[in-house]
Amino acid sequence: MTEINKENKEDIHLISVKGEIDAGSSILLDNAFREALKNNKKKIAADLSELEYISSAGLGVFISYLEEFSANNIQLVLFGIKESVKQVFDILGLEKLLLIVKTEKDAMNAFDD
Amino acid sequence: MTKKLIIRCSKDELIRVRQFTADALDERNIPDLQTHKLVLAVDEVCANLIIHANNCELINKIEFDIKFKPTQIAFTFKDKGIGFDINEYKSPSMDDLISARRQGGLGLILVKRIMDKIEFYNEKSYNICRLIKTYPL
Repeated sequence: MTEINKENKEDIHLISVKGEIDAGSSILLDNAFREALKNNKKKIAADLSELEYISSAGLGVFISYLEEFSANNIQLVLFGIKESVKQVFDILGLEKLLLIVKTEKDAMNAFDD
Repeated sequence: MTKKLIIRCSKDELIRVRQFTADALDERNIPDLQTHKLVLAVDEVCANLIIHANNCELINKIEFDIKFKPTQIAFTFKDKGIGFDINEYKSPSMDDLISARRQGGLGLILVKRIMDKIEFYNEKSYNICRLIKTYPL
């Protein structure tokens, strides 16, 4: 079961991902990012504290938006990733490409003004 | 000891494959972090077989089994789809994936980094893909 919630918190668009993202459900994450782009917020935070599993299909969604976010001066910060999920990001070296912090507070502080 | 599962070629079956694999590894007291990685590699190969080798044809089946041996764990997939040897797949670079804004291409990189050996061969009109993880995990 996958659940993705989206909300605007002042100047930040917050995407919360719950459950498992695999080849079948990665489309939901893609839709959330596409919506975030239309939202015109320059700061996107992804709360992954309730993400139990992510396969390459989900990781690919993050990677596929990097250029578009960069071209539109959009900052993306991920936070709350469980250790089991974080190791998957690390296997691919994604911690060098994505801004990953521990808590929501860290995420709010990580954005450039 | 061998554990077996047969699935239809539907992405909806992936959750069943993950659960089956996690349960089998849990019975063997494999640590959670290792289990998570092995389940991921199995999921990646299975998704590849369902989507690319079998074009999500529900009538097609994939037989999957896990064999626990004294020195290794072997995860074997058997299907009749389009054969594809992962060992011959040249993984794209991360830079290429980013600039092409591609969502695919990461799965088999993960499989190669998680598993110790990947075997692919044909046997009696079946494609056999076997992922091997050697102890210590």
